[in-house]
Amino acid sequence: MDDKKRNEAYNKYVKAKLPKTRPWPSLFNSFLVGGIICCLGQGINDLILLWFPNMAEQTAWAYTLIVLIFIASFLTGIGVYDKIGKFAGGGSIVPITGFSNSITSPAIEFKHEGIIYGICVKMFTIAGPVIVVGIVSSILVGIVYLFI
Amino acid sequence: MYYLWVFLIGGFICMLGQVLIIYTNITSARILVTFVLIGVLLEAFGIFEPISTFARAGINVPIIGFGASLAKGAIGAVKARGLLGAFTGGLEATAGGIAAAVIFAFIFALIFKSKTKN
Repeated sequence: MDDKKRNEAYNKYVKAKLPKTRPWPSLFNSFLVGGIICCLGQGINDLILLWFPNMAEQTAWAYTLIVLIFIASFLTGIGVYDKIGKFAGGGSIVPITGFSNSITSPAIEFKHEGIIYGICVKMFTIAGPVIVVGIVSSILVGIVYLFI
Repeated sequence: MYYLWVFLIGGFICMLGQVLIIYTNITSARILVTFVLIGVLLEAFGIFEPISTFARAGINVPIIGFGASLAKGAIGAVKARGLLGAFTGGLEATAGGIAAAVIFAFIFALIFKSKTKN
Protein backbone atom coordinates (compact mmCIF):
# COMPACT_ATOMS: atom_id res chain seq x y z
CA MET A 1 0.00 0.00 0.00
CA ASP A 2 1.48 3.38 -0.89
CA ASP A 3 1.77 6.18 1.61
CA LYS A 4 -1.12 8.25 0.34
CA LYS A 5 -3.61 5.41 0.51
CA ARG A 6 -2.37 4.43 3.93
CA ASN A 7 -2.71 7.98 5.26
CA GLU A 8 -6.23 8.21 3.90
CA ALA A 9 -7.22 4.97 5.53
CA TYR A 10 -5.63 6.11 8.78
CA ASN A 11 -7.43 9.46 8.76
CA LYS A 12 -10.70 7.67 8.12
CA TYR A 13 -10.01 5.37 11.04
CA VAL A 14 -9.15 8.27 13.34
CA LYS A 15 -12.28 10.13 12.33
CA ALA A 16 -14.42 7.11 13.09
CA LYS A 17 -12.79 6.65 16.49
CA LEU A 18 -12.90 10.30 17.59
CA PRO A 19 -15.57 10.94 20.19
CA LYS A 20 -18.47 12.67 18.51
CA THR A 21 -19.68 15.80 20.26
CA ARG A 22 -23.20 16.63 19.28
CA PRO A 23 -23.13 20.43 18.78
CA TRP A 24 -26.30 21.60 20.50
CA PRO A 25 -26.27 19.90 23.89
CA SER A 26 -22.54 20.56 24.28
CA LEU A 27 -22.97 24.26 23.43
CA PHE A 28 -25.75 24.52 25.99
CA ASN A 29 -23.72 22.66 28.64
CA SER A 30 -20.64 24.83 28.13
CA PHE A 31 -22.82 27.95 28.38
CA LEU A 32 -24.45 26.68 31.57
CA VAL A 33 -21.28 25.57 33.36
CA GLY A 34 -19.24 28.58 32.18
CA GLY A 35 -21.97 30.91 33.40
CA ILE A 36 -22.17 29.15 36.77
CA ILE A 37 -18.39 29.33 37.28
CA CYS A 38 -18.45 33.07 36.50
CA CYS A 39 -21.34 33.59 38.94
CA LEU A 40 -19.36 31.66 41.57
CA GLY A 41 -16.45 34.04 40.96
CA GLN A 42 -18.76 37.04 41.29
CA GLY A 43 -20.13 35.60 44.54
CA ILE A 44 -16.62 35.13 45.99
CA ASN A 45 -15.71 38.67 44.91
CA ASP A 46 -18.83 40.12 46.56
CA LEU A 47 -18.15 38.20 49.77
CA ILE A 48 -14.55 39.43 49.91
CA LEU A 49 -15.70 43.04 49.41
CA LEU A 50 -18.39 42.51 52.06
CA TRP A 51 -15.82 41.34 54.63
CA PHE A 52 -13.15 43.86 53.62
CA PRO A 53 -15.03 46.94 52.38
CA ASN A 54 -11.87 49.04 52.09
CA MET A 55 -10.07 46.64 49.76
CA ALA A 56 -9.12 47.97 46.32
CA GLU A 57 -11.15 46.44 43.52
CA GLN A 58 -8.10 44.98 41.81
CA THR A 59 -6.85 43.34 45.01
CA ALA A 60 -10.27 41.79 45.56
CA TRP A 61 -10.18 40.33 42.03
CA ALA A 62 -6.73 38.88 42.64
CA TYR A 63 -8.00 37.12 45.77
CA THR A 64 -11.09 35.95 43.91
CA LEU A 65 -9.00 34.34 41.20
CA ILE A 66 -6.73 32.69 43.79
CA VAL A 67 -9.77 31.18 45.53
CA LEU A 68 -11.15 29.90 42.20
CA ILE A 69 -7.74 28.47 41.30
CA PHE A 70 -7.60 26.71 44.67
CA ILE A 71 -11.08 25.21 44.22
CA ALA A 72 -10.32 24.00 40.68
CA SER A 73 -6.98 22.56 41.73
CA PHE A 74 -8.60 20.67 44.61
CA LEU A 75 -11.45 19.38 42.43
CA THR A 76 -8.85 18.20 39.90
CA GLY A 77 -7.03 16.37 42.69
CA ILE A 78 -10.10 14.43 43.79
CA GLY A 79 -11.04 13.72 40.15
CA VAL A 80 -14.23 15.77 40.05
CA TYR A 81 -13.04 18.45 37.61
CA ASP A 82 -12.48 15.89 34.86
CA LYS A 83 -16.10 14.81 35.22
CA ILE A 84 -17.26 18.42 34.99
CA GLY A 85 -15.00 18.80 31.95
CA LYS A 86 -16.53 15.82 30.18
CA PHE A 87 -19.96 17.39 30.62
CA ALA A 88 -19.07 21.02 29.99
CA GLY A 89 -16.27 21.00 27.39
CA GLY A 90 -15.33 24.62 26.75
CA GLY A 91 -17.28 25.70 29.82
CA SER A 92 -14.60 24.15 32.02
CA ILE A 93 -11.57 25.16 29.92
CA VAL A 94 -12.11 28.87 29.24
CA PRO A 95 -12.55 30.14 32.83
CA ILE A 96 -9.45 30.61 35.01
CA THR A 97 -10.40 27.31 36.67
CA GLY A 98 -9.49 25.60 33.38
CA PHE A 99 -6.04 27.18 33.56
CA SER A 100 -5.66 25.84 37.10
CA ASN A 101 -6.88 22.41 35.98
CA SER A 102 -4.40 22.41 33.07
CA ILE A 103 -1.54 22.82 35.57
CA THR A 104 -2.72 20.44 38.31
CA SER A 105 -3.91 17.66 36.02
CA PRO A 106 -0.56 16.81 34.31
CA ALA A 107 1.27 17.39 37.60
CA ILE A 108 -0.76 14.60 39.20
CA GLU A 109 -0.73 12.38 36.13
CA PHE A 110 3.08 12.39 35.80
CA LYS A 111 3.78 12.20 39.54
CA HIS A 112 5.17 8.69 39.07
CA GLU A 113 8.05 10.11 37.02
CA GLY A 114 9.36 11.89 40.09
CA ILE A 115 9.01 15.27 41.70
CA ILE A 116 11.41 17.17 39.42
CA TYR A 117 10.89 15.46 36.05
CA GLY A 118 7.32 14.46 36.76
CA ILE A 119 5.49 17.12 38.73
CA CYS A 120 7.66 20.19 38.13
CA VAL A 121 8.31 19.64 34.43
CA LYS A 122 4.91 18.37 33.27
CA MET A 123 3.07 21.05 35.23
CA PHE A 124 3.70 23.47 32.34
CA THR A 125 2.88 21.26 29.35
CA ILE A 126 -0.34 23.22 28.71
CA ALA A 127 0.14 26.30 30.88
CA GLY A 128 3.65 26.94 29.49
CA PRO A 129 2.50 28.15 26.07
CA VAL A 130 -0.21 30.26 27.74
CA ILE A 131 2.34 32.01 29.97
CA VAL A 132 4.85 32.43 27.12
CA VAL A 133 2.28 33.94 24.75
CA GLY A 134 0.94 36.13 27.57
CA ILE A 135 4.37 37.48 28.51
CA VAL A 136 5.48 38.07 24.90
CA SER A 137 2.27 39.86 23.91
CA SER A 138 2.16 41.97 27.09
CA ILE A 139 5.76 43.12 26.54
CA LEU A 140 4.89 44.06 22.95
CA VAL A 141 1.83 46.00 24.13
CA GLY A 142 3.95 47.74 26.78
CA ILE A 143 6.56 48.77 24.21
CA VAL A 144 3.86 50.09 21.87
CA TYR A 145 2.45 52.17 24.73
CA LEU A 146 5.93 53.55 25.39
CA PHE A 147 5.73 55.37 22.06
CA ILE A 148 2.15 56.63 22.17
CA MET B 1 -29.52 41.65 39.25
CA TYR B 2 -26.09 41.91 37.71
CA TYR B 3 -25.62 38.16 38.33
CA LEU B 4 -27.80 37.55 35.30
CA TRP B 5 -25.38 39.53 33.12
CA VAL B 6 -22.41 37.75 34.72
CA PHE B 7 -24.04 34.44 33.86
CA LEU B 8 -25.02 35.41 30.31
CA ILE B 9 -21.72 37.03 29.31
CA GLY B 10 -19.53 34.44 31.07
CA GLY B 11 -21.59 31.63 29.59
CA PHE B 12 -21.41 33.16 26.13
CA ILE B 13 -17.59 33.45 26.24
CA CYS B 14 -17.29 29.83 27.37
CA MET B 15 -19.66 28.79 24.61
CA LEU B 16 -17.36 30.49 22.07
CA GLY B 17 -14.64 28.14 23.34
CA GLN B 18 -16.94 25.19 22.78
CA VAL B 19 -17.71 26.42 19.24
CA LEU B 20 -13.96 26.40 18.54
CA ILE B 21 -13.73 22.83 19.89
CA ILE B 22 -16.59 21.56 17.75
CA TYR B 23 -15.62 23.14 14.45
CA THR B 24 -11.82 23.03 14.58
CA ASN B 25 -10.97 20.13 16.96
CA ILE B 26 -8.67 22.59 18.71
CA THR B 27 -6.69 21.44 21.78
CA SER B 28 -7.22 23.02 25.18
CA ALA B 29 -3.75 24.63 25.14
CA ARG B 30 -4.67 26.44 21.91
CA ILE B 31 -8.01 27.56 23.35
CA LEU B 32 -6.32 29.05 26.41
CA VAL B 33 -3.67 30.78 24.26
CA THR B 34 -6.34 32.17 21.93
CA PHE B 35 -8.43 33.63 24.74
CA VAL B 36 -5.39 35.09 26.53
CA LEU B 37 -4.45 36.84 23.27
CA ILE B 38 -8.01 38.14 22.89
CA GLY B 39 -7.76 39.54 26.43
CA VAL B 40 -4.42 41.24 25.74
CA LEU B 41 -5.83 42.84 22.58
CA LEU B 42 -9.07 43.96 24.26
CA GLU B 43 -7.06 45.68 27.00
CA ALA B 44 -4.54 47.16 24.54
CA PHE B 45 -7.34 48.80 22.55
CA GLY B 46 -9.10 49.96 25.70
CA ILE B 47 -12.21 47.85 25.08
CA PHE B 48 -11.83 45.60 28.13
CA GLU B 49 -12.43 48.25 30.78
CA PRO B 50 -15.95 49.30 29.67
CA ILE B 51 -17.00 45.65 29.26
CA SER B 52 -15.55 44.79 32.67
CA THR B 53 -17.47 47.47 34.60
CA PHE B 54 -20.62 46.02 33.06
CA ALA B 55 -19.91 42.28 32.94
CA ARG B 56 -17.74 41.99 36.09
CA ALA B 57 -16.94 38.32 36.73
CA GLY B 58 -18.48 37.44 33.36
CA ILE B 59 -15.30 38.62 31.65
CA ASN B 60 -12.83 38.63 34.55
CA VAL B 61 -13.18 34.93 35.40
CA PRO B 62 -12.70 33.64 31.83
CA ILE B 63 -8.99 33.51 30.91
CA ILE B 64 -9.62 36.67 28.83
CA GLY B 65 -9.37 38.54 32.14
CA PHE B 66 -5.94 37.00 32.72
CA GLY B 67 -4.74 38.32 29.36
CA ALA B 68 -6.27 41.71 30.06
CA SER B 69 -4.49 42.08 33.41
CA LEU B 70 -1.19 41.08 31.75
CA ALA B 71 -1.61 43.93 29.26
CA LYS B 72 -3.00 46.31 31.88
CA GLY B 73 0.00 45.64 34.14
CA ALA B 74 2.45 46.25 31.30
CA ILE B 75 0.72 49.47 30.20
CA GLY B 76 0.51 50.84 33.74
CA ALA B 77 4.14 49.99 34.51
CA VAL B 78 5.36 51.55 31.26
CA LYS B 79 3.68 54.80 32.22
CA ALA B 80 5.26 54.69 35.69
CA ARG B 81 8.74 53.31 34.97
CA GLY B 82 9.33 53.50 31.23
CA LEU B 83 10.84 50.63 29.25
CA LEU B 84 11.53 48.44 32.28
CA GLY B 85 7.80 48.47 33.01
CA ALA B 86 7.09 46.67 29.74
CA PHE B 87 9.13 43.74 31.03
CA THR B 88 8.01 43.73 34.66
CA GLY B 89 4.41 44.96 34.52
CA GLY B 90 2.65 41.99 32.94
CA LEU B 91 3.99 39.33 35.26
CA GLU B 92 3.66 41.59 38.29
CA ALA B 93 -0.06 41.98 37.67
CA THR B 94 -0.66 38.25 37.14
CA ALA B 95 1.93 36.84 39.56
CA GLY B 96 -0.73 36.05 42.17
CA GLY B 97 -2.69 33.82 39.82
CA ILE B 98 0.32 32.03 38.33
CA ALA B 99 1.96 31.47 41.73
CA ALA B 100 -1.31 30.22 43.21
CA ALA B 101 -1.85 27.79 40.34
CA VAL B 102 1.71 26.48 40.71
CA ILE B 103 1.71 26.06 44.51
CA PHE B 104 -1.73 24.40 44.65
CA ALA B 105 -0.85 22.11 41.76
CA PHE B 106 2.39 21.15 43.51
CA ILE B 107 0.70 20.45 46.85
CA PHE B 108 -2.21 18.50 45.39
CA ALA B 109 0.12 16.54 43.10
CA LEU B 110 2.01 15.43 46.20
CA ILE B 111 -1.22 14.48 48.01
CA PHE B 112 -3.42 12.89 45.34
CA LYS B 113 -2.83 9.95 43.02
CA SER B 114 -3.93 10.04 39.40
CA LYS B 115 -7.34 8.53 38.76
CA THR B 116 -7.35 6.00 35.97
CA LYS B 117 -9.27 7.41 33.06
CA ASN B 118 -12.07 5.36 31.63
